[in-house]
Amino acid sequence: MAKPKIAFFEFTSCEGCQLTVVDSLQDHPELLDAVDIVQFREAMSEKGEDYQIAFIEGSCSRPGDEAKLMEIREKADLVIALGACAHLGGVNAIRNRMPLEDVRKYVYGDKAEWYATYPARPISAVIPIDAVIPGCPIDRNEFIRAVTYLLQGRLPYIPDNPVCIDCKLKGNVCVYQRGMTCLGPITLAGCDAICPTYGEGCDGCRGLISAPNIPALRTVLAEHGMNETDIEAKMTVFLTYQRMELEAAGHDS
Amino acid sequence: MTVKTVKVDVHHLTRVEGHGNIVVDVQKGELKQCELQIVETPRFFEAMLRGRPYGDSSTITSRICGICAVGHATTSLRATETALGIEPTQQTVLLRKLNFYGEILDSHILHAYMLIAPDFLGVGSVIPLAKSAPDVVLRALRMKKLSGDLCAVICGRHTHPIAMTVGGFTHFPTTEELYSLRERLEAMLTDVTATVELYQTLPIPDFERDTEYIALRKDSEYSFIDGTIASTDGGTWPVSQYRDVTNEYLVPHSSAKHTANQRQSYMVGALARFNVNHDKLHPQARAAADAMGLKPGCTNPYMNTVAQVVEIAHATYDSITLIDKLLEHGIQWEEPVAPARLSGEGTGACEVPRGILFHNYVIEDGYVVGANCIIPTGQNLANIEADMRALVPQILDRSREDITLALEMLVRAYDPCISCSTHMLNVAFE
Repeated sequence: MAKPKIAFFEFTSCEGCQLTVVDSLQDHPELLDAVDIVQFREAMSEKGEDYQIAFIEGSCSRPGDEAKLMEIREKADLVIALGACAHLGGVNAIRNRMPLEDVRKYVYGDKAEWYATYPARPISAVIPIDAVIPGCPIDRNEFIRAVTYLLQGRLPYIPDNPVCIDCKLKGNVCVYQRGMTCLGPITLAGCDAICPTYGEGCDGCRGLISAPNIPALRTVLAEHGMNETDIEAKMTVFLTYQRMELEAAGHDS
Repeated sequence: MTVKTVKVDVHHLTRVEGHGNIVVDVQKGELKQCELQIVETPRFFEAMLRGRPYGDSSTITSRICGICAVGHATTSLRATETALGIEPTQQTVLLRKLNFYGEILDSHILHAYMLIAPDFLGVGSVIPLAKSAPDVVLRALRMKKLSGDLCAVICGRHTHPIAMTVGGFTHFPTTEELYSLRERLEAMLTDVTATVELYQTLPIPDFERDTEYIALRKDSEYSFIDGTIASTDGGTWPVSQYRDVTNEYLVPHSSAKHTANQRQSYMVGALARFNVNHDKLHPQARAAADAMGLKPGCTNPYMNTVAQVVEIAHATYDSITLIDKLLEHGIQWEEPVAPARLSGEGTGACEVPRGILFHNYVIEDGYVVGANCIIPTGQNLANIEADMRALVPQILDRSREDITLALEMLVRAYDPCISCSTHMLNVAFE
């Protein structure tokens, strides 16, 4: 069987997920024997336009990005969103709740009109996607697992559990017991609870579980001393776009 | 006299971080256009910090860049700590420095081996090298893995750091982890030597253009975190006066701002640090510089990668020294130092892999009301274009392909980090 041709693309992002892909090769150099990477601008000059699997990092944050996304969708059999920016809009979507003109003027002053932009969106808002590898950044082991699945003709599987499950399995002391706050109860697991393990509460980078009880978590956060501004800040590091969608659909967020 | 007409149009330059185009237009021997266009999407980080609790700043700004995430987090923490009157403990200073070396090593190894070396070895990327020169690729991967593991032991992971917080850390390495790192760093010294030997053999292009070099300087050490801003043209500035050095301005062909200090442009990064601080290098790093023919006062921008290799040596040797210090004191689980006040303005400055980085925050009652980040690549853009304008007339006798390659290699030598550079500052600041 011919090796599947794989291409990497990036839109508005820090390119940290693609760097994590490079890092995953440190432990799994055999991956290069199993696939044929035809496009990866950050790491290589060779460029092929014939590919079956496209990994896309980054949000769509300007009109000019849409045509390129559609072209990728047209060419690839499978489109995989790589990381929180592509999956959720990521930190780029923080500004979606702010007046856009105000944001542009704050950064670019009276030259604001030189720089095209609009609210940041996950790529699934522009083209249909086949799977996501969540996280900010992606987890390198999960990436290897996902590619293994794809090579076996299956789509990557993300269990619909909250981070708390991973955290308990890890044997961590709950960060609430250490006087901190955490979005673990409403956030999709699969990260091995790396942030609580290193002493920080979860910020929700992998997105919401399918039935998050957000009002209950807000109560818990308030009981742990957070005011409305702090709760809103905590819930908008990575979850701005998903929560705006919930609000638009009339749900509590 | 050359009366050549040549157009170079490199759309989305490869093997750099972020999106840039090189556009050069020579009409009958006359240079009409010479630009490094920054076409990365604007990112607006400063605007996004406003109204948030001060503790969010380092978490969010580390997302500016996947390559220098630790550098952004460290600079952000120093800005916040300065604003709120927090003095980190000696252990925090040592751990941050060690963590920072992990990033310097990771980034420089990525650049020297995976982004730059393919140009000299006549291939498009590191991937064909895996077949033709597997020992070189395996060495690069081995060194890079150790650099990442170093950060992982201290802050959870390099992209994006977790355990770094205002006033200290939320997690600490064990003695066993530090011993294990020390052993691996000792073992890496032969790879460092091999890297220096590799760069002794690579034909670095000859090209000189004198410019101003700017870097942080300290009396006590080769500075990466904090210090005084120093210029090879003379003059020093406290980091709080960073705006007097950077003087940012906008140009239409770039979503990143340009800067200028005492000349029309200046250079930051490994070569600038070497030119400003070579007397503070570890003796083994100075020996590496001698071996590769890098001398203080170097004005060849292509030598920036050689200066990075010198810093690979410095960071490896000094990491071992830092671990010895930490082991000697013994790791304490310290609570982060609490703020002395909840309002204030502060500037943080660090020498991240690509040069001097500034974060400036204004905090009121614990919330960020103003933020400004000035990125190394933004500071280098005007200098890169000045180099391109000087270089093109010197190489017009070459083929279009060779001119293009020379320009691509020039831009790559600066190791630009474009997605970093495109979310520049506010113009009016309170």
